[in-house]
Amino acid sequence: MSIFPSPSVTRLLQVLALALVAAAPCVHAETSEQILDQYRTQAGTAPDPSRGQQFFTSKHDHEWSCSSCHGDKPVQTGKHVVTGKSIGPLAPAFNQERFTNTAKVEKWFRRNCNDVVGRECTPAEKADVISWLLTLK
Amino acid sequence: MSNRSNAAIHAASACLAFASAALSSVALAEEERNIHSVPLLPLYQQECSACHIAYQPGMLPAGSWQRIVNNLKQHYGVNASLDEDTVKELEQWLTAQADRAPAMPVPPEGHAARSWLAFKLFEVETGHPPEDRITRSSWFWGIHQRMPSAMWRQLENQKAIKSISNCDTCHTTADKGNFSKHNVRAPAALKP
Ligand code: HEC
Ligand code: HEC
Ligand code: HEC
Repeated sequence: MSIFPSPSVTRLLQVLALALVAAAPCVHAETSEQILDQYRTQAGTAPDPSRGQQFFTSKHDHEWSCSSCHGDKPVQTGKHVVTGKSIGPLAPAFNQERFTNTAKVEKWFRRNCNDVVGRECTPAEKADVISWLLTLK
Repeated sequence: MSNRSNAAIHAASACLAFASAALSSVALAEEERNIHSVPLLPLYQQECSACHIAYQPGMLPAGSWQRIVNNLKQHYGVNASLDEDTVKELEQWLTAQADRAPAMPVPPEGHAARSWLAFKLFEVETGHPPEDRITRSSWFWGIHQRMPSAMWRQLENQKAIKSISNCDTCHTTADKGNFSKHNVRAPAALKP
């Protein structure tokens, strides 16, 4: 008997390998550190937590700050400033689901930065904010 | 849409089908003049319930839903933008389920009657409620006509609760599509 698997077994292995690769994104969740890293790389500068806090809690020539909905220290449940609906804590230490999906994070940065700053946030601003949120324990 | 989110949605719809089967038996018994509730498309539940409950699609006409999902960048004062594929999918589902609001009796008098008339006239003229709002629809004011009048007054000037669009301040099971009057409580701020 050959030490090489028969063609059909090889085929089966190939299919299994393919399935594993295809399934990988389903089980793979990103971590907040990985997402911070992506922004850090794009920004090309080191994130600064205190700058992030400043950015988050201040108004930027618009009606609301990030804190208007998320609270000054987003370790607790926030409240949507228009509808009053509660919003789970933003700091990852208090809400495991936060910053685990790049597409979701990008969607909300896009929306909320437009509401608060009137434009998209820069990678550096995003990295600053996340680095601050990660210091909240 | 990516395979990954599709897979998540399929998993979610399996759970949802189960839950909604359990729910619909309850809803049937209580369906007097209640809103026609359907199980929510998982994608709709996911994308349209972060800032308020996911409203029942039957509560607005198809044209209103079309305008809403195609103008999410300017959505009642906030940016709720989504990618085009998601918008298309939501639009298809919403418009297919649209326009199932109960035909409500005309409120005989008082504040409910005034609002009802104003909104009814607008609807007759344009085919949709002002601002494409459920809360500016004539059926909404017809159905709430028997609400205690102290509650009404406060509702109308919208000081006591954040917003009447927030159905779940009073309807404790609104997020499940159940608006039965047996599951209504007066929010603390409205108690006399
Ligand atoms: C008008 C209300 C409002 C304002 C102002 C606001 N947000 Fe949000 N934000 C929300 C809501 C609602 C969510 C989604 C909540 C959920 O998923 O439970 C959210 C989610 C997020 C998320 C998603 C995190 C994740 O992984 O789940 C990030 C990041 C975020 N906001 C950052 C910000 C920043 C930065 C600002 C200021 C520039 C800001 N937000 C201002 C309402 C707001
Ligand atoms: C980023 C937050 C956010 C998201 C996401 C969002 N909405 Fe809204 N929506 C609002 C706000 C704020 C209002 C205004 C509430 C008020 O005036 O009380 C509103 C109001 C509405 C109304 C009118 C309610 C009334 O007064 O009758 C409808 C209908 C509606 N949204 C549908 C949707 C649909 C459909 C989606 C998903 C595609 C969606 N919303 C996603 C924030 C959001
Ligand atoms: C301030 C509290 C309050 C808010 C907010 C509110 N409702 Fe109601 N709703 C009531 C009360 C009270 C009744 C019962 C009226 C009666 O007994 O005739 C009711 C009845 C209803 C009914 C009829 C139920 C039945 O069993 O007859 C529907 C449908 C309904 N509401 C939909 C909505 C929707 C949709 C929203 C949000 C867009 C909403 N309501 C917001 C208080 C409220």
